[in-house]
Amino acid sequence: MRARATIVAALLVAAFAARAAEIPQAERRSGFSFMTSDTQSMQNEDTANPGMLWVLDGEALWNGKAGASGKACADCHGDARASMKGVAARYPAFDQALGRPVNLEQRIDLCRSQHQQATPLAYESRELLALTTFVAQQSRGLAIETGADPQLALFIDRGRALFMQRQGQFNLACANCHDDNWDKRLAGSAITQAHPTGYPEYRLEWQSLGSLQRRLRGCITGVRAQAYDYGAPELVELELYLMSRARGMPIETPAVRP
Amino acid sequence: MASALINVPKRAKAGEIIEIKTLMSHIMETGYRRTATGEVIPRDIITSFACRYNGVEIFRADLFPAIAANPFITFFTVATESGKLDFEWIGDEGFSETASASITVE
Amino acid sequence: MHEHDHATRRQFLGFASGVAMLGAVTLRPAEATPAMLATAIRNVVGGAVVRTGRVKLDVPPLVENGNTVPMTVSVASPMTADDHVKSIHVFNEKNPQPNIGNFYLGPRSGRAQISTRIRLADTQKIVAIAQLSDGSFWSAGVDVVVTLAACTEEVL
Repeated sequence: MRARATIVAALLVAAFAARAAEIPQAERRSGFSFMTSDTQSMQNEDTANPGMLWVLDGEALWNGKAGASGKACADCHGDARASMKGVAARYPAFDQALGRPVNLEQRIDLCRSQHQQATPLAYESRELLALTTFVAQQSRGLAIETGADPQLALFIDRGRALFMQRQGQFNLACANCHDDNWDKRLAGSAITQAHPTGYPEYRLEWQSLGSLQRRLRGCITGVRAQAYDYGAPELVELELYLMSRARGMPIETPAVRP
Repeated sequence: MASALINVPKRAKAGEIIEIKTLMSHIMETGYRRTATGEVIPRDIITSFACRYNGVEIFRADLFPAIAANPFITFFTVATESGKLDFEWIGDEGFSETASASITVE
Repeated sequence: MHEHDHATRRQFLGFASGVAMLGAVTLRPAEATPAMLATAIRNVVGGAVVRTGRVKLDVPPLVENGNTVPMTVSVASPMTADDHVKSIHVFNEKNPQPNIGNFYLGPRSGRAQISTRIRLADTQKIVAIAQLSDGSFWSAGVDVVVTLAACTEEVL
């Protein structure tokens, strides 16, 4: 047992010698576990979780007719509880027509323009957040499966490279905090492992619900680098890498975080 | 697109003390924040919340900017008779929202 | 020589902290002062005596984020028609305004307990005052430590 562990450790070291050490599977923890019990109970109770307000709005949008087609999401997809179950757990996913991965927000907007003949919803708009959260919430409790598609391999590698590269005036890589120093503290706040298990999520800091891209842009700004625009391929690749890095962990949408 | 989440037990025994939880969507803009160019963002908050049980007010609250966004308010009441609980939120900019829940009291 | 240096340094420090305070007042929005808190409390209780006790104020001693702090206030009371809590008033020390919320109860409440989520701009003291049906006032206070989030984003 010890011999095998040593060989595995050696292989791991060899494989990731050039990069920061990725978190071993057995040590992965959701951001939920870093919070105080007060914030945890805010997430656990549906009538106390502010993110559920967006889920309610999203349900109304799901059933509402949109665009020149006069169709609602429900007209093609029926009851979201059945049709959307498992979807968020495998996003971002590869889009054949575009030849690259798209995240859930982009998929919804693609559906709107292609199938409903409706104008796409703006990134971070209340409507897009509500629809995305409603869809993602249908996967709550399911294990993340993102990245299994071999067509995504190249993009996951790009996302990993972005995660590992130092950037900004602080010259910090995501990995410096979230792979190497998780569970330590940064100015009073716990450093998590950065698993996006609960997005779109309600952040106490925002006093609102927001997307993973909003969080990523905030982090990148935080190290004093220029944040990519919403919808940029770099952000989607980062999302893709982060979700595949969290494979096996359960979806918590809508999560509550400090 | 304001929505409310209400948690009222569907059934209760007469005389039982029940907890009511309410969550209302609202930005609760304090009036102390400024835009990037330095202008004050005007105050926009819910100022008052009330609950009526079959028409009789059983709880009321005055809210100030120090109440967090998407106000969450919980309180207790005695389950006296079956009927309706009506909730009302009133605030700046003519904000006015209502919600209701039914309760069966045995 | 030593004494002279000592006096000069103390003077310099006094001057420097005075300048710093002046800077702080112009840079930050208005803060509630202990005087404002006292006035806000007086507006509710008038000249009556406020006794400590019977009120339990539950706030985490160290909050995760000052934007959303869970708070529960409960008062020991039979909540009968003759003996009940009429209202609970919550105040703070250092937000721009001293009031947080007023909550009105009655014999139909069954239990004198409310919960909500509040904003705290800084580490400070919170005071909850309950008015009973017999006209008496009771209070409790807690000290809360508030840290700021590590990486604040630019305004979107």
